[in-house]
Amino acid sequence: MHATAAEYDVSTRLVCQKLGVELRELEDWVCCGASAAHSTDHLLSLALPAHTLKQAEEKGLPLAVPCAMCFSRLKFTLHELENKDTLALVSGAVGKELSTAVTVKPMLQVLADEDIPLPIAKPLSGLKVACYYGCLLVRPPEVVGFDDAENPQTMDHLIERLGAEAIDWGLKTSCCGAGVAFARLDVVLKLSHRILSLAQKSGADCVAVACPMCHANLDMYQKDMTVKLGWKTELPVLYFTQLMGLSLGFSPKELLLDKHITNPLPMLREKKLT
Amino acid sequence: MPETSAIVLEPTNNFLSFVQSHTGENITSCYQCGKCSAGCPTAYAMDITPRQVMRGIQLGLKDEILDSSAIWLCVSCQTCSLRCPREIDIAKIMESLRLFSQAEGRPPAQREIAVFYSAFLQQVRLFGRLHEIGLAITYNVLSMHFFNNIKRLPALLTRGKLKLVPQRTKGSSEVRQIEARVKELERKSS
Repeated sequence: MHATAAEYDVSTRLVCQKLGVELRELEDWVCCGASAAHSTDHLLSLALPAHTLKQAEEKGLPLAVPCAMCFSRLKFTLHELENKDTLALVSGAVGKELSTAVTVKPMLQVLADEDIPLPIAKPLSGLKVACYYGCLLVRPPEVVGFDDAENPQTMDHLIERLGAEAIDWGLKTSCCGAGVAFARLDVVLKLSHRILSLAQKSGADCVAVACPMCHANLDMYQKDMTVKLGWKTELPVLYFTQLMGLSLGFSPKELLLDKHITNPLPMLREKKLT
Repeated sequence: MPETSAIVLEPTNNFLSFVQSHTGENITSCYQCGKCSAGCPTAYAMDITPRQVMRGIQLGLKDEILDSSAIWLCVSCQTCSLRCPREIDIAKIMESLRLFSQAEGRPPAQREIAVFYSAFLQQVRLFGRLHEIGLAITYNVLSMHFFNNIKRLPALLTRGKLKLVPQRTKGSSEVRQIEARVKELERKSS
């Protein structure tokens, strides 16, 4: 969030400020360990998120999580801590008495709350958006407890409230290849290309995402797709918070829309949205 | 499944019982419908499909399963677990198989993926958080793919998307303490 996904960080803070959602970043959050931890050491993969959960609990605040992977690992840890033996074991590893009294929500759910009014300054009329949720915001449903696992709608409804059109398409929750980009770029290219081409064939002007990992895979490798898979065009990939920010009246520069590898500005200019 | 002349089954299937007791999943209930493999985004790249992994466990084919590339190419997207009509948490089983394979010191069939995971964890150990450049350098050295991702550097640097100096938080020392306690607890329980 502070580096490769700075666009997500900055746009989320601007939007929250505008909507009166007060954010306090946990000072000592640590990396959840992602797939690297849960593929290497089960206890460690619970202890790392538990350390962050404990800080939120001590602050007495609900935790809003921008990254889908972190969200998944935090929710999975909470789910596992329901078991008394696991709770005792992980408390021993973290060195603190843990509890499950923490609310964890994805940032998407926080900002899509229909009780928060959206002071729209510039409706995103004429913009067709493919809402992409990826895997971990919605799966497994008994752990994350968010939206529908096969056909989620939260982002679609939010995008429609911004004045844009959320298109119907079939790969909303398909995998982008996640963390294997370093080791098996070919796999990420194939999966991400499939997602982008279907979004485009379904009429989308851009894809909206709610996860830095999904964003990196879909945005960063489009030139490689051209070389390796004959992808002849490009499709901008924006964070949903950037689209919110545009409609709330922030400029593309403030929202760091010029930082993406696949430049969305020509498309936004064409749609008269800049 | 790799071609073998004859598969000799043990009279008692220790591998099946081992996997079932460690995961709490009822693998015998798999009736081979193939829904897991049909929905799996990476099945096309695997040597054996998730359905074959389930069958292999039922048959006790420990080496074929723990040495497969399938267990490493699983990206934990959870689609199989969501759709399994027998409610088997296949993604959880795949994750456990990676752990079993490593515990036995088997060389991973997808070495680069295993190297990436260890490079990733090393960053978390050092800084408490992920430092992207540090991860790239560590991965490139350990995997011996020295020029991996080099061509992406200019675009990322000019956009200010990479921090040269890692953030160091209090979290980094806490991660090391947590890891030490995890190791200690695991040593006691084994």
